[in-house]
Amino acid sequence: MIRHHPEDELIVDFATGALGEGPALVVATHAAMCGSCRARVALVEAVGGLMLEDLEGEPVSAGLLDETLAMLDEGEDAATVAAPVAATDDREQVPEPLLRYIGRGLSHLVWRRVPGFPAIEEARLPIAAGVKAVLMRLKSGAVVPEHSHRGNEYSVVLAGGFCDGATSYGRGDFLARDPSHTHRPAADNDGDCLCLIVLDAPLRLTGALGMIVNPFLRI
Amino acid sequence: MELRADSFSGAASGFKPLMAARTLAWISTQRNCPVTNEELCGLVESIAARRDRDAFAQLFRHFAPRLKGFGMRRGTDAASSEELAQETMLTVWRKADTFDPRRATVSTWIFTIVRNKRIDLFRREGHPDAELSEATEAAYEGRAADDELTLAEWGSVLRQALTELPEDQVTVLKKAFFEDKSHSVIAEELGLPLGTVKSRIRLALARLRNALPEDCQ
Ligand SMILES: [Zn+2]
Repeated sequence: MIRHHPEDELIVDFATGALGEGPALVVATHAAMCGSCRARVALVEAVGGLMLEDLEGEPVSAGLLDETLAMLDEGEDAATVAAPVAATDDREQVPEPLLRYIGRGLSHLVWRRVPGFPAIEEARLPIAAGVKAVLMRLKSGAVVPEHSHRGNEYSVVLAGGFCDGATSYGRGDFLARDPSHTHRPAADNDGDCLCLIVLDAPLRLTGALGMIVNPFLRI
Repeated sequence: MELRADSFSGAASGFKPLMAARTLAWISTQRNCPVTNEELCGLVESIAARRDRDAFAQLFRHFAPRLKGFGMRRGTDAASSEELAQETMLTVWRKADTFDPRRATVSTWIFTIVRNKRIDLFRREGHPDAELSEATEAAYEGRAADDELTLAEWGSVLRQALTELPEDQVTVLKKAFFEDKSHSVIAEELGLPLGTVKSRIRLALARLRNALPEDCQ
């Protein structure tokens, strides 16, 4: 059962389009697994629909309708050829919004072992500049060194689970961390944990191991 | 599909159907246009089923000025806003068969299209190497799943609840929708602590949610 959801203001930023691609991907991936958050997004979108309906229109150029009518059949072919979605066996773990980011599938991604931490692997995803998006795989029982962030970190659990302090997180759970958080997540012992993590600013290491893991956690 | 005159609320009973199409163009420029969601749904369905160009033209007359206004409210210049309106309407034509009237009103559906289109067309300029367009659209579309939301039926209830919100909450929502600003930017601009903006958003959404029946909250 999902217990951790995005706050309302993040849902609003997502539904209005104000959220950047990285955090939006995390919210969308969570919402794909969470019916109540899909309903929350739908509510804000419905408000957007009402605002659009009530909006004072701006008169459009006289020829715009005819010009648009003439364009109707142009893009038809292009539109029916949908962007190729990777053939993948990962659908159980990877919700729809994330599929297009993982190319041909999880096993085809470039997984990097973390120097000094054989229990942690990460694969970087292609995304907007200035953002880091990774899939992180923690072997059963693995511990991520204590760290905090200069910016915000958004994550969603795709498989397995982990504990951070007294709080446990499982599949579908959403986390947003701001710079005031210091955390030290530890994967559950009953299987690997796979998370999507988006960082919109560099990490700041706070633990004694900081120096060692620095190369791995750099952006 | 032809819009019928008697379906406009407030239309005189002697109003001739023949006049309806011409009148629609005029009515569409009015605020709070009394064209019902049912009628708009009919137009989208005609496009999906029969590639009905007349239905598209009617839908265009209704939405294009609003879409242009939407772009301009968000700080986009008139010419680009017109392009935004056009691109949005072209997507409406191409994707009409994906519209599900049980999940959203036509206005809500078109709002989501123009939102994505705007990211697609304009945000890319600021991030030349970011493949925002398709990627972000996929992120938004992918969230849709099999559960049926019945929000579409509750548009008028929601509208009522929206008009009853306190002014300070409406101000924050309007800035969010019309100015393309995140809640933290809104807080800065209004000179308010972030916590105040967050709580206004939460209070507003709670009120709107409470106005709806439980199964679509
Ligand atoms: Zn949720």
